[in-house]
Amino acid sequence: MIRASIVGGSGFAGGELLRLLLAHPEIEVAQVTSNRQAGSFVHFTHPNLRGQTTLKFCLPDELQPCDLLFLALPHGEAMGRIEHWKSLAPKIIDLSADFRLKSAEEFKTWYGEDHSAPEALDQFVYGLPEITREELKSADLVSGVGCNATCLNLALLPLMGTDLVDWSRGVIAEVKVGSSEAGAKSTDASHHPVRSGSVRSFAPTGHRHTAEVQQALGWHNVSNDVHMSATAIDMIRGVLGTLHLFANEGVEERDLFRAFRGRLKDEPFVRMVKERKGLYRYPEPKILSGSNFADVGFDYDPKSGRIVIISAIDNLMKGASGSAVQAMNLMFGWDEATGLSFPGLHPI
Amino acid sequence: MNTVTGSGECPECFDQVELKDVMQNEIVQCSSCGADLEVTSIDPIKLELAPEEEEDWGE
Repeated sequence: MIRASIVGGSGFAGGELLRLLLAHPEIEVAQVTSNRQAGSFVHFTHPNLRGQTTLKFCLPDELQPCDLLFLALPHGEAMGRIEHWKSLAPKIIDLSADFRLKSAEEFKTWYGEDHSAPEALDQFVYGLPEITREELKSADLVSGVGCNATCLNLALLPLMGTDLVDWSRGVIAEVKVGSSEAGAKSTDASHHPVRSGSVRSFAPTGHRHTAEVQQALGWHNVSNDVHMSATAIDMIRGVLGTLHLFANEGVEERDLFRAFRGRLKDEPFVRMVKERKGLYRYPEPKILSGSNFADVGFDYDPKSGRIVIISAIDNLMKGASGSAVQAMNLMFGWDEATGLSFPGLHPI
Repeated sequence: MNTVTGSGECPECFDQVELKDVMQNEIVQCSSCGADLEVTSIDPIKLELAPEEEEDWGE
């Protein structure tokens, strides 16, 4: 058994990670930290774990060495003490944004501050198995992924590296997101009478996850001209991405079908959804709640050449903790899908 | 009645549809996209979209 600990386990992503790790056949959860909840049983913060564990939160300074350390801290707090975390475990998975971008300049552009450990950026492997699977197999340091970035990156995955798209015309993407993306701490704007029922454009431009999509497209040697908007809707979990891009001259729908099917056929967690029958004929985040699956579909207007890709994930799963566990499975040589087989609920 | 086992291309999503002991004019369903397909020929196997009532989702 591998002994894993979680630093910052009282948030939503930390709780989801704990749920997955407690049920994982290869993992013993050693410690879970929380400054706010230290001394309290974890199930008072994550009530779905009642009866699943007798763990209590401890303080970060009480951490003992372990085999694998998950960092689920607020953005900026992992990089500040990265040498300390590395002294506690030979392998680290950091769910925050601190080590997702390879460029310290890009980090400063999007996060508005200098990176405090730029020398470590190259040591981390971006933790989206669908893009970095081979690197993850030998990685000791892995970054997490942005939830909205993941929704868009998996949507683009079948077309990345192909000549079906006129990449010079850029990618325009809209994400509709649930309230759990905002984290476990409440604000005036998240107060129920304010948040409930709203359709709130909170990042028409400038969303930080744009950088992760640009980075992924750059790795595939295509133009990284990405324009993203984000809207908060009345949903707790989930992201729905709608992306617009343009096909090269002569591309037919058949070519797109082949590209999507060919690229996704061996992916354990990315499914193609474009159906003539059924209740949800394109990806729908609702039925992915709690699951690590990502659903991706498309439509094509041959007159204009516009390709519309639709993608859906659970932001806390494929967009955070699920991908982290999938990456962990690869790092330790286990079956990639271990502990991640839950297919979601219907109806929900 | 002649039947055939094999596969044909779905005209809707271009995936291969596996067929077992199907007859000409039989209606089958594509497992990928759900389209209802008519087996319009068994030698060679040919599939065409079967007439289907469109839904407007109440919009």
